[in-house]
Amino acid sequence: MSAAWEVVIGLEIHTQLATKSKIFSGASTAYGAEPNTQACLIDLGYPGVLPVLNEEVVRMACKFGLAVNATVAPRSVFARKNYFYPDLPKGYQISQYELPIVEHGELFITDGEGNEKRIGITRAHLEEDAGKSVHEGLDRYSGIDLNRAGTPLLEIVSEPDLRSAKEAVAYMRKIHTIVRYLGISDGNMQEGSFRCDANVSVRPRGDEVLGTRTEIKNLNSFRFVERAINFEIERQIDVLEDGGEVVQETRLYDSGRDETRSMRSKEEANDYRYFPDPDLLPVEISEAFIDGVRETLPELPDDKRRRFVDDYGVKQDDAAILTVSRALADYFEEASASADAQAQVVANWVIGDLSGALNKEGLEIEACRIPAEDLAGLINRIQDNTISGKIAKEVFEAMWAGEGTADAVIEARGLKQITDSSAIEAIVDKVVADNPGQAAEYRAGKEKLIGFFVGQVMKETGGKANPGQVNEVLRAKLKEGGQ
Amino acid sequence: MSSKDLHTQGLMQLAEGLENGDFTAVELVTALLDRIQAHDGELNAFITVTADAALQAAKRSDELRRKGDGGVLNGLPLVHKDIFCTRGVLTTCGSRMLENFVSPYDATVVRRMADAGAVMLGKTNMDEFAMGSSNETSYFGPVKNPWDLACSPGGSSGGSAASVAARISPAATGTDTGGSIRQPAALTGTTGLKPTYGRVSRYGMVAFASSLDQAGVITRSAEDAALLLGVMAGFDARDSTSIDHPVPDYLAGLGRPLKGLRVGIVRQHFDAGLDEETGSAVREALSVLEAQGASLTEVDLPNLDLSVPTYYVVAPAECSSNLSRFDGVRFGHRAENPEDLLDLYCRSRGEGFGAEVKRRILTGTYVLSAGYYDAYYLKAQQVRQLIADDFRKAFADVDVIAGPTAPSPAFRLGDKTDDPITMYLNDIYTIGANLAGLPGISIPCGFASELPVGLHLVGPHFGEEQILRTAHQYQLLTDWHTRCPEGYA
Repeated sequence: MSAAWEVVIGLEIHTQLATKSKIFSGASTAYGAEPNTQACLIDLGYPGVLPVLNEEVVRMACKFGLAVNATVAPRSVFARKNYFYPDLPKGYQISQYELPIVEHGELFITDGEGNEKRIGITRAHLEEDAGKSVHEGLDRYSGIDLNRAGTPLLEIVSEPDLRSAKEAVAYMRKIHTIVRYLGISDGNMQEGSFRCDANVSVRPRGDEVLGTRTEIKNLNSFRFVERAINFEIERQIDVLEDGGEVVQETRLYDSGRDETRSMRSKEEANDYRYFPDPDLLPVEISEAFIDGVRETLPELPDDKRRRFVDDYGVKQDDAAILTVSRALADYFEEASASADAQAQVVANWVIGDLSGALNKEGLEIEACRIPAEDLAGLINRIQDNTISGKIAKEVFEAMWAGEGTADAVIEARGLKQITDSSAIEAIVDKVVADNPGQAAEYRAGKEKLIGFFVGQVMKETGGKANPGQVNEVLRAKLKEGGQ
Repeated sequence: MSSKDLHTQGLMQLAEGLENGDFTAVELVTALLDRIQAHDGELNAFITVTADAALQAAKRSDELRRKGDGGVLNGLPLVHKDIFCTRGVLTTCGSRMLENFVSPYDATVVRRMADAGAVMLGKTNMDEFAMGSSNETSYFGPVKNPWDLACSPGGSSGGSAASVAARISPAATGTDTGGSIRQPAALTGTTGLKPTYGRVSRYGMVAFASSLDQAGVITRSAEDAALLLGVMAGFDARDSTSIDHPVPDYLAGLGRPLKGLRVGIVRQHFDAGLDEETGSAVREALSVLEAQGASLTEVDLPNLDLSVPTYYVVAPAECSSNLSRFDGVRFGHRAENPEDLLDLYCRSRGEGFGAEVKRRILTGTYVLSAGYYDAYYLKAQQVRQLIADDFRKAFADVDVIAGPTAPSPAFRLGDKTDDPITMYLNDIYTIGANLAGLPGISIPCGFASELPVGLHLVGPHFGEEQILRTAHQYQLLTDWHTRCPEGYA
C-alpha cells in the first residue's frame, strides 16, 4: 500500500444474541432445524399478529453496553425498516434507528506498532434477523427458510477509527472475545452468529475530509475481513491513482476469487422509510436495572490480562493470548493453582503444546481432553525431576490420547527419570569406552562433542537420564580418562 | 316470549331469558340464522355465515347451562367484523387479497368472547382493510343501510352496524381507527363503543393503523355495550400496547344519575359543516342531559380542525407498512405465473388490493419517504400531540365531551365515492378521539331526513364508565335506541 494514502475503516458487527427464543416471539432460536419448523405465526408475519419484546435481549444489550464503557439509553425505540424481500415476512425489519439502546462506547486494541489504541463504538442497537433464501437443489425456484427470521441481533457500529485491515481484525476479535465473555453470543462464525459489514475508504494522508466509502457486506471470518478490506483498499487506491473516482456502493466479497464485486450503487439503494414501530412501546431502562446487570458482569478480558501480568507474572503477550477466551483463561488459572511451578511455565504449556493439540483437531478449550489439574500434574513431574522436559512431551501425547494422568503414564511406560548417579556413571563409562576416538578428540579440545556423548547416553537410557546430571558426569569422566 | 320475537331482544334481555329457561340457545341461534337467511340477500352484511358451528356452540352452551356452568355471555349470539382472525374460518378483511384466507388462530377478542360463552353467527362485511367510511370499498360489495337500502350504513364496520340495526344479531364487534364503529352506529341507529386505546387487545385484529386501531362493539344499548366491554377489556401479554389497567364492573356503574355531570361542548362541532336537522337532534339530546342535572360547558379544542389532515398522514403511513406483508409469498392472493419476484409482488398486490387501499399505501409511502418524513409524518405526530394535549386540558374541566357523531345522516351509496376528501370529512368529529386514544360512544338521538342521528360522547383515558353511564342514563329517558327500521321489526 502506498504511504501517500490513509485508510479509514469502520465496522458494523452483527452479533446473534444467545437467547433461547426469538426477539419478538416464543419460537426457538436453535440452529440447524428443518426449514420453517422454528417459525411461528409471528415470525411468519401473519395477519393480526403482534411482536412482544423478549426482555432477555435488553439485558444482553445492556451487558454489552456496560462492558464497552458505553451509555445505556434510558429510553430506546424500535423502528420499522421497510423493504420487500421474500425472506422478510412482514415487509419490514424491526430495528432500532434514531434511538439505539447503546451509544458512545469504546474499546482498546493493540495497533501495528504495539501501542494501545482506542476505537470508538458509535452505537449498538437491537434488531431482528431475516430468514434466508435457499437455492440449492430447487431447480428454477428459490426456497425460503424462515427459521432464522426474528432471531435477535445486536448490531455494533464502530467509529471510523480503524486504519488498516489488521486493526479491523484486531477490533473484531476484541468484540468477539467480549461478547463471548459476557455469554451474550456463542460467536459462531460458521453458523453466521457473528459477522460484519466493513465500510472502507481511503484519502490522501493528511486530508481531513473522508474519501468516498464502499460497504463490503456479510463477512463471516476474520481471514475474509482482512483479505476483503485489503483487496478493497488496493482497488480504491488504483481507481484514485488512475484519476478515477470511488463510487459509493455496496460490495460483496467473493472468497473464491479473493475480490470484492459491486452489488448495488447508492442510486439503487432502498429508501427504508424508517418510522417508530407503533406495535412496540419505547424500551425504558431504569438505573436499578442497569445496576442489577452490572452486578452480573464477569471480569472482562482487559482486566483479566492485566491481572495475569500483575498477579501471575505472565508475559504481556502470553497474557493476551490466554485471555482471548474466558474458558482458556479459566483453564490456565485452574492449572496454575495446582502446579508447583511458576505461572509462566504453565502458560507456556497452555499456549504451546496444549493449544497446538487443540488446533490440530480443531477443538475449543471446552472440549480439551486433558483436565487442567492433570496438566498441572505433568508440570509437577518435570519440576520434581521425575521426568525430563523431553520425556514430558511424550507423556503429554499419551495423556492426550487418553492414557490417564501423568503419573499413570510414567508408571505404565516406565518413563521415570534415572537420577541414581551410580547407574548413570555405569552407562557413561560404557559410552566413553565404546567411543574412544571421539573421547580422544574431546580431550584434544573439541568440546562440542559433549553433545554427541549426551545423545549416546540418552539413547542408552531411552531418554530417561537426567540431562543435567548426564552432562556433569560425562565431563568429569572424560576429563578423568585423559589424565 | 315467543321464539318469533327473540331477534327483537338485546343482550341483557336474552341473557335473562336463557337463564330463566324461556328459550334455549339453540332456539335463539336458529331464529337468528333464519333472520340472516331472510334478510342478508338485500343487506349484504355478512361475508361468512358460520351456521353449523353456531348451532354446535349453542348446543354446548345449553348443556353447560343445564349443569349450572357457562360464562357471562353463555349462549348469547354475536357477529364478528371480518377483520378479526377466527381459527378455521375465513378472515377476509373485505379484501380480494384475503379472499381465501383461513386464519390458523383466534384473535384475543374472539377468544375472550368465546370463552365467556358467546356464539358467533358469522363474519361481517366491511370496507377493505377497514379503509373507508361507507362500506363501498369492500371487495364483497357494499352493505346496505336497513333504514334505506339505497343508503350506506357507514363504515368501515358497516356489516356489523347493519346486522345489529336490522335485528339480525343483538351485538357485533367492530374496529375503530378514525370512527369506523361510531360513524356506522350513528348512521344505522345503533350504539357503538370505541374504548380507550390499549383497553382491548389488538392481537389477531388485522392491522390498519396500529397506533389508532381499537376494537369495540356495536349493540342496541349502552347497557349491552357495557356487558361486552367487561369481557373484551383487559391486558393481553400478546399485545405490547394493551394497558395493564384494572377492568371495572361496567354494568355496576351505569345506574348513577347524571346530576352534577359536567358535559363539554365544542363550538366548532356545530359550525357550518353540520347538517341542520342533525344539529337540532344533537342539541335536543344535550338538553335532555341538562334536564337531568348535567351542566353544559363550552370547551376549546383549538387544534381539532387539524385532526383530519393529521389522521390522513399517520394512518396511511402505518398502513403502508402494515400491508407490506401481503406480498403473495406466504398467504393471501398470489398472481398466477409470475415471471420473476418483482412481477409476483406487483401483480399480487395490484390484483389483491382495491383502489382506496392503494391510494392510502401510496400516500403513506410518500409521507415516510426520505426528504418528506419531517414535513409530513413527523409534523403530523407533533400535531397529534397538540390535539391530545387539547383534550387533556379540556378534561380538566369536564367529564365528557358531547356533540354529533357524523356531520349528516346516511348518504346514498355512490354519492361520495368519486371524492375521497368529502368522504374523509365524514369522520371529522370522530377522528380526534383516535388521535388522542380516548374512548367514545355513539348513541341514537333522533332522526334527520327520516334517517338516524348519533350523539357522540367522548371521555378521558379509561373514562368508559363515564360515557357508558351517560349513554345509559340518556337511554333510560329516550327510546331512539329502540327504534327499528321498517321491515325488520
